[in-house]
Amino acid sequence: MATGGTRGMRLLGGRIPYIDGPLKVTGQAEYTDDIRRPGMLVGRLLRSPWAHARIVSVDTSAARALPGVAAVLTGEKYPTPFGVLPITRDETAIAVGKTRYIGDIVAAVAAVDERTAERALELVRVDVEPLPEYTDPRMGVEKVAEPIHARGLLGTNIQKEVVQHFGDVDVAFARATHRVRVHGRFAGVTHAFTEPLVTIAEATADGRLTVYSATQVPHYLHRALSEVLGIPMHRIRVIKPEVGGGFGGKSDPLPHEIVCAALSIETGRPVKMLLDREDVFYTNHGRHPTDNEVRIATDAEGRILAYDIDALIDGGAWSSFGTVTTYYNGVLAMGPYRIPNFRYRGRRVYTNKPPSGAMRAHGGTNLRYSIEVGLDEIAEATKLDPFDLRTRNALPPNSTTINDFRITSTSFLKCLAAARERSGWDSKFRKLPYGRGVGLGCGFYISGSNSPIHFKPVMPQSTVHLKVDMDGGIAVHSMQADIGQGSNTLLAAIVAEVLGVDLERVHVQRVDSDVSPIDIGSYSSRVTFMMGNAARRAAEDLKAQLLRAASHRTGHPVEQLEVAYERIQVRHRPEVGVTFMEALHAAMERAGALTATGAYSSPPMGGSFKGARAGTAPAYSFGAYVAEVAVDPETGLYRAEKMWAAFDCGRPLNRLAVEGQVEGSIHMALGQVMGESMNYRGARLLNPSLLEYKIPTPAQMPEIEVLLVGDDDPEGPFGAKEAGEGPLIAALPAMGNAIYDAVGVRCYELPITPDRIVRGIEDRRKEGRAWKGA
Amino acid sequence: MPSRAKGGAANGVGPTPSSSLKITVNGLPIDRPCPPERILLDLLREDLELTGTKRGCDLGTCGCCTVLVDGRPTLSCLTLARLVDRRSITTIEGVTPVHGLSALQRAFVEHGATQCGFCTPGFLVTATALLQERPSPTRAEIIDAISGNLCRCTGYTKIIEAIEAAAREGR
Repeated sequence: MATGGTRGMRLLGGRIPYIDGPLKVTGQAEYTDDIRRPGMLVGRLLRSPWAHARIVSVDTSAARALPGVAAVLTGEKYPTPFGVLPITRDETAIAVGKTRYIGDIVAAVAAVDERTAERALELVRVDVEPLPEYTDPRMGVEKVAEPIHARGLLGTNIQKEVVQHFGDVDVAFARATHRVRVHGRFAGVTHAFTEPLVTIAEATADGRLTVYSATQVPHYLHRALSEVLGIPMHRIRVIKPEVGGGFGGKSDPLPHEIVCAALSIETGRPVKMLLDREDVFYTNHGRHPTDNEVRIATDAEGRILAYDIDALIDGGAWSSFGTVTTYYNGVLAMGPYRIPNFRYRGRRVYTNKPPSGAMRAHGGTNLRYSIEVGLDEIAEATKLDPFDLRTRNALPPNSTTINDFRITSTSFLKCLAAARERSGWDSKFRKLPYGRGVGLGCGFYISGSNSPIHFKPVMPQSTVHLKVDMDGGIAVHSMQADIGQGSNTLLAAIVAEVLGVDLERVHVQRVDSDVSPIDIGSYSSRVTFMMGNAARRAAEDLKAQLLRAASHRTGHPVEQLEVAYERIQVRHRPEVGVTFMEALHAAMERAGALTATGAYSSPPMGGSFKGARAGTAPAYSFGAYVAEVAVDPETGLYRAEKMWAAFDCGRPLNRLAVEGQVEGSIHMALGQVMGESMNYRGARLLNPSLLEYKIPTPAQMPEIEVLLVGDDDPEGPFGAKEAGEGPLIAALPAMGNAIYDAVGVRCYELPITPDRIVRGIEDRRKEGRAWKGA
Repeated sequence: MPSRAKGGAANGVGPTPSSSLKITVNGLPIDRPCPPERILLDLLREDLELTGTKRGCDLGTCGCCTVLVDGRPTLSCLTLARLVDRRSITTIEGVTPVHGLSALQRAFVEHGATQCGFCTPGFLVTATALLQERPSPTRAEIIDAISGNLCRCTGYTKIIEAIEAAAREGR
């Protein structure tokens, strides 16, 4: 049962159990791998064991001759490059000309069963000439003998360079009283969603192609399929079944999706391409390994005067979202504090490794860690409490940042106050015994990218269609992608709230490009804000139709009518009115089934300089987290005991879901802090399994107190902002700063492994610098 | 990548002799030929079309494929079907009542213990076995019981709360 909403609302603001919960707890929810089509073939991929090599020849004759093999594909057949960003299309479905990382796809097979497909792959003969390998981005910033891509900047492997300067950073540093420099080093991490990547494609005799895929962004997949396969979009149907988690890892159109479709076209039969876990690790698109240098200047009172930031970002073999990543690693420094002077150089460099891409809190995480650790150092140097330092620098509401970000609502000060009070900070900070500590970290994130990636043709970022027929069920169509975050539930709840009907009347339809109007999908923390506004408008449209009909029936003008539970009634005479069904049937007399549309486009914003749109969003989320840790100084082993997570998502529309996002974000953040790391020896990924790439288990999770303190956002639906990605960010620096409070060791490198803590403790002892008396 | 052929496709190249497998699945007796290399997960998902049990890693690392063998949580992706001959298998479909939901399933729904839902069947059968064995588990016992199941969405918080709530209801 949903519990009541807030501020006069029946549902929104309360705790609304996910509408797909019953299907998920019974195993009845249908994921792509659960679907079977008649005569379905098995697709398999041959991956490159070479990091960088010119392909001399690929001999597929023996594989083709194997009984049971229906098709063998190599790169030449579909060489059209694609990529999630139209400006950096540099991937091909299957390698053309050369392989760029261990795991690159060099051939694909469709066969009658798994074993035949695997055997066929063994029969493919690939002849290559090795090329120089570039596995460290530092190797790629100068001119190289064999650039990984021809499009690298001036013969280097630099995929994107961003240089920005606002104000005068050198002058600010010259007059500063305090300066810190943090050199942060961050291993790559990956999404580790539980459902492996999987696609089914079915080319049929009517010249159409149907693709079921585990994707966060059905629309971008739809476009990429059309471009690479040369089939008009209207002849391709993309269906998104239930998706078992994404976190950014299912947001690019991925090569296996296109290869699967190509194999179906080749064979005329349905093909399933299920990637095994190892394949998923090689597909990656996870958080970029990054080196950043963050310099912060403040005055004697701890007011921030300037940031000077340099980031070197390891892109791996493809561009993916990399241009956005390169901007975000600088511009997402623009909150939650006022920054009067700002300089940034970011370089994303291709390497011969699995591609990096977008992962939850994309571009904002590693940067934020270095900034917040640096601010902790400033607080210590200025003898300010870390909370006071941040309070003093908070970005005010309704302001503009120096790079022209429009800030509307912010409840950052309320986040700080709530985290400070609930955590008992003032009685703990620097006061807990040696080995225990508390740390503060803060966060800031976009609530939906203002710029859709594909802006041609001009269209809203989200559209929602409603249809209601005489049965009184409301069908909701939209291409928004529920990947577990509960967007279907929110969509249904918004419609039910506006119309006053029971939630059970609302049926959110599976994403199907034949019937779902376009929403650009689950990335950049955009769905609640954009889809929510579109859904509200669609429901308001439908409500207006019902009110007009009720007005005819009751003889009272529309202005006097209001919606109540399953009813439309006269505002001050609630006994006079009609039921929802009566109003519906009255409205249908002339028009038949009712339909309504709502759409959302973000308002124009951002400056006019190059790259000005990067990081602009119709709203921003804010957070302040306190972590309490216990560190064993002998072994360096530590655990998070408790996390107080104060977050400003505007008004939380479904508290159950927002809490779930915060708790899940903390899990993912703790993974990156406590041990997740894509480990390489040269170009070879050493840990492509969940056994060796360890995500936190239930035993490693702290107690979490979620504090939702946001005020209503003026433009968000019912006052809401994002809660999908921003809640991750503050948890990482809170941990780093808590470890410092516990044992006096600064950690500039993630993951924070116990040996690094022990080494830091030993260094302190050698230098005679006691900490908390130890 | 070094290819890792998964156990036993139904009509694989070079058929292997099939022996007869007699098991009970969700209370129904099954008697069918089964190649010796057939993995229990494949038998359930591919042959018996019980797709509620999920394939997450094929390496016994994620717990998504957990089923009960004679009531004990077992990783079906690491279990040869012939090793469960004459034993009783319970999948997520088997812990689901004919009408409605079990108390544990209801608690998972009400507490928001499912997000993407892909790990949920594994957690549910594991927790069902726990509550059968220990109707009033401590929090530590719950954490211990589900420590072989990974969830990437929830941070486990609401899963633990749901199991606690179902245990309270059962008392």
